[in-house]
This record gives sequence, structure tokens and C-alpha cells, in this order.
Amino acid sequence: MSVLRFLRRVLVLALLLVLRRRRGRRQSAIPSETLVGLHTPTHVYVYTGTPAREPDLRAELLVLVLLGVGTVCAVAFVVVHALDRLPRQTQLLGLSLGLAFALFAAAAIVFGTRLVAQDEHEENYGPEEHEQDQAGVAHILDETGDRITRKRLLKLAAGGAAGALGVALLTPAVSLGPVLDVGALSRTPWRRGRGLVDRAGRPLRADDIEIGTFYTAFPAGASHDEIGSPLIVVRLEPAELDLPPGRKGWAPEGILAYSKICTHAGCAINLYRTPLFEPTAPRAALVCPCHYSTFDPARGAKVLFGPAGRPLPQLPLEIASGGALRAGGPFSGRIGPAWWGVRRS
Amino acid sequence: MVGGAALVMRRAVRFVDQRAGSAPLLRKALRYVFPDHWSFLLGEIALYSFVVLVATGVYLTLFFEPSIKDTVYHGSYEPLQGRTISEAYRSVVDISFEVKAGLLIRQTHHWAADVFVVAIVLHLLRVFFTGAFRKPRELTWIIGVLMLMTALLEGFLGYSLADDLLSGMGLAIAYSVVMSLPLVGANLALLIWGAPFPGVPELWPRMYVFHVLVLPIAIGVLLSIHLALIVARHHTQFGGGRRTERRLVGLPLAPAYAPRTIGLALAVASVLFLLGGLVQINPIWLWGPYEVSQATNGAQPDWYLGWLIGALRLVPGFDVVIGDYTLVPNAFWGGVALPLSLFALLLSWPWLERLVTRDTAFHNILDRPRDRPWRTAIGAAVVSWVFLAFVSGSADRVDVLLHVPYRTQIWLYRVLLLALPPATLLVTWRFCLALQQSERVEAEKRAAKAAGADASAPSPTV
Amino acid sequence: MRGGVVIGVAALACLAVPGVGAPEDPLVERGRNVYTASCVSCHGPEGQGVLSPTRGSGGIVGLGPPLRGVGARAADFYLRTGYMPLRDPSDQPRRQRPLLSDREIDAVAAYVGSLGGPPVPKPHPERGSLREGLELFTEYCAGCHQVVGEGGVVNGAVAPPLGRATAVQIAEAVRIGPYVMPRFSRRHISDRQLDSIVRYVQASQDPEDAGGWGIGHLGPVPEGMVAWLIAGSALVLVAVAIGKRLKEGDE
Repeated sequence: MSVLRFLRRVLVLALLLVLRRRRGRRQSAIPSETLVGLHTPTHVYVYTGTPAREPDLRAELLVLVLLGVGTVCAVAFVVVHALDRLPRQTQLLGLSLGLAFALFAAAAIVFGTRLVAQDEHEENYGPEEHEQDQAGVAHILDETGDRITRKRLLKLAAGGAAGALGVALLTPAVSLGPVLDVGALSRTPWRRGRGLVDRAGRPLRADDIEIGTFYTAFPAGASHDEIGSPLIVVRLEPAELDLPPGRKGWAPEGILAYSKICTHAGCAINLYRTPLFEPTAPRAALVCPCHYSTFDPARGAKVLFGPAGRPLPQLPLEIASGGALRAGGPFSGRIGPAWWGVRRS
Repeated sequence: MVGGAALVMRRAVRFVDQRAGSAPLLRKALRYVFPDHWSFLLGEIALYSFVVLVATGVYLTLFFEPSIKDTVYHGSYEPLQGRTISEAYRSVVDISFEVKAGLLIRQTHHWAADVFVVAIVLHLLRVFFTGAFRKPRELTWIIGVLMLMTALLEGFLGYSLADDLLSGMGLAIAYSVVMSLPLVGANLALLIWGAPFPGVPELWPRMYVFHVLVLPIAIGVLLSIHLALIVARHHTQFGGGRRTERRLVGLPLAPAYAPRTIGLALAVASVLFLLGGLVQINPIWLWGPYEVSQATNGAQPDWYLGWLIGALRLVPGFDVVIGDYTLVPNAFWGGVALPLSLFALLLSWPWLERLVTRDTAFHNILDRPRDRPWRTAIGAAVVSWVFLAFVSGSADRVDVLLHVPYRTQIWLYRVLLLALPPATLLVTWRFCLALQQSERVEAEKRAAKAAGADASAPSPTV
Repeated sequence: MRGGVVIGVAALACLAVPGVGAPEDPLVERGRNVYTASCVSCHGPEGQGVLSPTRGSGGIVGLGPPLRGVGARAADFYLRTGYMPLRDPSDQPRRQRPLLSDREIDAVAAYVGSLGGPPVPKPHPERGSLREGLELFTEYCAGCHQVVGEGGVVNGAVAPPLGRATAVQIAEAVRIGPYVMPRFSRRHISDRQLDSIVRYVQASQDPEDAGGWGIGHLGPVPEGMVAWLIAGSALVLVAVAIGKRLKEGDE
């Protein structure tokens, strides 16, 4: 016999084996199963309900179809994945895999609800407590101390030892950060004479600053990525200003610089509301886009609305001889979100 | 089973039993009885979402770079070409655009996280309103609430690892909330971040280790104890028929229950992968990388933290101050006080309820919500309060879409927060009583009919 | 009738102004007519503005900025977006269908242009870079308009979504700074940079959305709704299909 014909025979036999139908076996009724636990008899399982159903041919077919189509979808996933430069590839991958799962899920559910026995079983909830064993455990633990004369002292010593060891094991965590020195929170790169630069590092000049728009500034020669670095700079008419006492000269030509970091929860304030026509629009304000704390730049960034509890710290400005803007001193207060004990001025 | 296969199966069982002594346990396990109500499957939806999370998460760890170091983007997404970004952000953009199934797996992972918490909340509500947390299952309840809290933190860390503009803003807010803790806030914030915000570069590997190792293990351990406790005491059930406090009636694991729960698992995977491929989530390439000096309007945390942003926005602007010293910064109330008080209430509820009812009995039979009107009403009131916090967090989008001024909404929500929970309490309580009343009337009608008596009309009893 | 009298008076006034002897551009002429009919109660004759609320005819309370020096650029912007005419001067202008026809808008723009000011800009987004556009837009615009232009709240105003803005309108708005928007001059944002911003906004109007349905490009709020309303309800339905329900009388 040729190899081909032999293989064909094998294939036909295999298919017959797989595809043939058996008569469904009636489930043998076990009136009760008493199962013995590891040490003592625990639960009694009682077989109840109706006898096993007759075979459900349609459900069988349905399960087979679901499995078959699901398999096709799973294969499709592999094929789609293998292709390059397919448009909407993520969508096709998700659709094929998701459908495969869905069809397999349906197959399992049909199997579980229509193909296998649906008989309910009963079981006891088990005793609420095991008084004898509780007493046994208590007795065992008790007798550990039979020979000990200074129980309380030993307990105290053990407790102290455990506590000390616990603290010792936790101590290296302190290296994670300067947990004992919160001074770092009050330090910023800004000090008298530090120049203002833009994002690209170019010095900001006073006559670059126009009314009706806003600028972000950083300290020259320092990292832009610290919370103390970014400023928001705006210009108002000097006549509009009403700064808190002690800030005379902080806003040369009406140019104001405030910390760009909101004193509520640390978001960057890059929202400047500036009216084109004042009689019909709200007044100029710096607004935080996170929780909408609103600050009045004309009055030292006083809080007009929103959950912020402190005004934005102001940085005094000076105009250098060449026209460049630079800091005239440190901020008026702590920048960023507050913490327990921080001073407000 | 077909002859040949049955023989193989018998041999396998024998092999394992000889080496592990497992046959008695296996026999018991296969006949473990599950009471069969659809609402008992909600916890499993959470469980299977967690499985998908771990599986997709492992895949993502093979590509993600947990480093905040700068690099220059040279991938295929044009608006980021040549931009200096962090390695973390770059790796997530690359997963999305350069790895073939990367975006699918990434989105499935994120959807799974959202759906995980949805399922936990639904499951928690079912357990609460049916009184399944009562003795002897208080510990199971405690562990469940702890898992919810862990899941919230885990999700927050997960989406913050991408270092995009939205999640970076969220980290800044988290920093501020930690800072606002009384006495220890600043110290704790410096401990975690290692330096004032944005913190030390090691923060990224730290977040990563917690997200992929410490917290998943924590959830895994809690989950194992949770499941072990359930098996030890068996699942609760609704009353009726042959079901009693002593007798559990349901479907055995084999043959009926296992395929159903496997089907549910596959359905969960199906929904998550379908969403992962068809509905975009967290398109971090659109948001751009995070910078301390940048922000965007409309930034939100993932849904399960939306109640916090609502609370942070609603609290009026004040710091608790003594003289020149700040005692309690504003962010404390919405960011710490609200969630802590809710979780404290949840954790202590079994004992709070016992304080009032003086009920120390074991309970294996569940309540229907209408049978405990005061518990259902209090639960509904708390749910309405939390729901309001959520909705108020979207007030800005409502303004953009429907032109209801933001400020007006804030005042409206403040009033509702005080008025809606008591109103919900009253309405729910009366509704439960009304349901009970109508049932009683129905039962009396049926009894009268059965007795065949032409008795007088049933007298309404309260 | 009243319009005709006003036109007549306006024409005489024009002749009375010294130096105006040459015949006016018919477009400008038409523009003045439309202006006088539709805009003068808030913006005053010859665009001089109405700086305190003045009750005019028809019960309209007029209040509006002067238009001298704003140029055709401003008129074109406000009229093509439908921001103007504004029913109540204290309202925020909102995008709507323009009340004037295209020809009328051209005319009014020419008229207002004749009062002085910059012309309608001609942006070249194809010369801009998306990368620069993303950086600049995040820096100057995202705080109000949201990083992909879905709009946002400014506390007291709404920064509108940019989905329907044309290239010219974007360029105009950046330079004008309408309502409470900051105004960015050429010194602040150069023409080249403006091209990049325009290109970026246009790209954001229809992002590629490699991940599927974009659900509004807003982030977690619509995502949460999908998790609850689509995933949550689908999975609850599956649970209901698998499990039992409490039957009537089954307690």
C-alpha cells in the first residue's frame, strides 16, 4: 500500500474516532456521598434534584461551532500580528482576540449550563466553633509557661526586644529622603541678581514683556525642573497695581513675577485670563487649571476664588542696566503647596 | 468519558495522589458547593480582571523603561520628533507605536485596571446591601476593603509611571496631599520623593517596584486569604426552598460550576481585549511629556480617583492657621480626610451595625436589601455622597459642553452634598418599607386565596 | 427708512471731512452701510466705541470697544466665527452661524480695515512643524484650551473647543486675544511659530487615534464612563446569563 493511501486511512480512522457520537450515559445516582476529611468527618454531601438530563445534541453542536469559529478568530490574531504595516492593526488584533475569547466563553457557558448535569448539591455549613479544639489550643499554649517563674518580665523583655528589632530593621528606610530636614522645601534657586531667562535660556528683557499676555521664566544657570524655578510673568498698567505693603518697587514698569506653582496642590499655573475690553469681561487673573484657584496679579496674587489657601509668592524684579530682568531678592513666601508648620510670610 | 481518556485520567490522579496525598482534597474540592445567584459572580469578575492585569502587566514589563533620565525621541510619532523626553515616556510611546501588539496590550492593561475597580465596587455594594459582611465573615470584609484601597494606589502608580502631562500633574497633586498631612506631611513627602517635587531620579524605580512587585504581591496575599476564608466558612446564600442557616444548596464545582466560572473568566478577557483594541485609553502621545512648568486644562485622574478631584475642587479656600503658621493646608480635606473617613466607615461597619442591632449571631443567609431598610438607606445615602463628589469633579467639562457656569455648579454641588444624602436616606428607607408592605399584601392575598375563604379583605399591618 | 436717513447723513458727513474728496472703494462703502445697520449701537459711529452702557433704539443696551486700529483682521475673525453680532454685551461671544453673508463680511472687514489696523493674516501651516506646534501650544494655549484643543474652563469664561477653527481664524485669534484670551504679538510668537501652532491645531482636530475610538480625547472622564456603562453592564449581563435570579416567592 502506498504511503499516501496509508496516511489517508489513518486520517479517516482518526476523524471517525473523534467525531463519533456516544450514547449519553445516565448518571449513576449515588444516594449520598459521605466524604471523610483529613482527620474527622466534616461534611455530608447529599445528592438531590432531578436525574441527569438526556443528551442535548443541539447544545453539543452549538459548542462545537462556537469552538470552531473561536479557533478561526484566534488564528486570525496570529495572522494579523504577522502582517506588517496593516492599517488599524491594533483594532484588528483586539477584535480577533476579543472575539476568540468571547466565543470560547460562550462555548464554556453553553457547556456548563446545558451539556453537563445541572443537579444541585447540598452541604452543611460546618460547626460555628470547635470548643474542644479551642480548649486544646489554649491548654497547649498555657502549658508552655508551666516552668517559668518570671512570666511578666520575660514578656516585657521579649516585647522590648521585638520593638527594638523592628525599629532597627525599618531604620535604613530613612535614607530614602531627607526625612528629618524639611529645610530643602524652603529653598529655591532665586536670589538677588539672578537673571530671568525663557525656556530656551535667552534672557528676558523688560521691553519684551507686553500687556495682555503672559510669559514663563526660569532662573539663569539653574535647573528648570525644580518646583521653585518657574515663574509666570505679566505686565499691568502701574496705575492698576495695589500690592501688599512692603513691596514697593517689586514691579518695575508694572512687570510682575509670581511663582508659577499653585499654592494649593502644585500644578503649573499657565492660564491667564486677560480682558480685551474691560467693561464686559472679568478682570485680569491667573488661574490654575487643576482646581481653578484664581489669583489677582494686581494685588499680589491674592486668592479670588477656589481652594487655594495662600496667595502665590511674588518675586521682586529689577531691570538691569542693559534692560534685562533679574530678581531683586527671594520670594515673598514659601512656594508651592503648604505643609504643617510652614510660615505664611 | 471515552475509554482511553478515562484510563489516562485515572492514571494521572493516581500519580499525583501517590506523590502528594491529594486525592481526598481533590474529591472534596470537586464537590465544593457554590450557591448560585448572578450577583455572587461580581467578585469573580474582579478576580479575573486581576488575572488579565497580571498577564498583560508582565508583557509590559518586558518593554517599559522605569527611568526618568532624559533621552531624545526618534520614533515614528511626528509631533515628538527630536523632543527631549524621559526614558519612561519614550518607552511607553514606543510600546504604543513600535511594538506590534504593544498598544493592544497596553490599552487592555489599562482597561483591566479601570474594570477591576468597577467590579470591586459592584461586589462591595452587593456584599454590603445583602449583609454578607456579618459574623463570621467580618475578616473577609476587612480584607476586601483593604484590597480596594490597595487597588486604588496600585492603579495610580501604574498610570503615573508613564510620565505624561496628565499623570505628572496628578503626581504633583499627590505630593501636595501627602504634604498636607498634619505633623508628618512634609517629612513623609520628602521620604517618599527623596527631595522636594519632582523628587530624586530614584523615584521612578521606586514607583515601579511597588507597582510590579510589592503591591501585586500584597493584593495576591490578601486575595488568597480572602478566598481561603470564603472556602473555610462557605459562601452565603439567599434564603428560601431547602436553603437554611445550616444547609447550603448550590452547584458543585464539578461538573456544573467550573465551566460557568471559566466562561466568566473568558468573557472578562473578551471584554477587556475588545476594549483594548477598539476603544482608545490614555493616549499619552497626545498629552505630551510632563514638565513641572507645564499644565493642561481638563486634566483628570483615572475614574476611581475622580471623587478626590471633585472634593479638592469643592472645599472652600482656607488653610487652618494659627498666627503665622499653617496647621492644616487646604488639600488635606479633600485629599485625605474624605477618603480616610469613607474607608474608616467601611472598615468599621460590621461592628457599627452590631452596636445598633446587638446581633451577634452567625449569618449564612443573606438579607434582601428591602429587609433591612435602615442599612440600605444609610448605604444609599453614602453612595449618593460619593457619587456627588465624582460628578462634581467633571463640572468643568459640563461648563464647556452645556454652558452651565463653573462657579454656579460648585455652589450647587456644595448645597447638594449637604442636602442629597439625607434626602436619599429618607427616600430609600420609605421605598424599602413600601416594598415590604406590598409584599405582605400580596402574601396575604395568596394565603386568603389558598384557604379558599371568602374572608374579609386583608387588613394592612405596618 | 431710518437706515436710509443714516446712510444719507453718513454720506454727507464723509463729504464734510476735509481731505476726503476721492470716491470711496465700493466695498468699504457697502461695509459702512452694513456696519451702520448692525454694529453701530455697540461700537459707535466710525468705530469710536461705546464706553459706558448706553440705551439705544430697539431696547439694545450698547457697550463695545472702539474699532479704530483693530483692522480687517478683527472684523473678519469676529464675523466669520459668528462671535459678533453679540446679543448682550456682557455675554461671552460664542461660535455660531454667522448672521452676515460672506460678501457682507468682506465688506465690513474692508470698512473696519479702513479705520486702520492689521489686515487678515495668511498663515502657512504647511511651513510649520508639529513638534514646535505641540511645544508652543502646550506652553501658551493648553492651560485654557486643553492640550488637544477640546476646550476648557477659565473661571468666568469658557475657552472654546477648537474643532471647527480654520487656519485663518486660529492665526487671527492668537494675535487678537478675544474676550479673555491673551494676545500674542509677533514679538512674542513669530509668524513662523504661528504657522506651527496652526498646523498643530489642525492636526488635533482629527488625531490619528491609533488606539481606536477616541472618545473625545479628554482622558479619564469618558474612559470611566466606558468602563462602567460598556464593560460594567456587559459583564453584569454575562453574570446574569450564567447565574440564577431570585424567583417570585423564593425567599
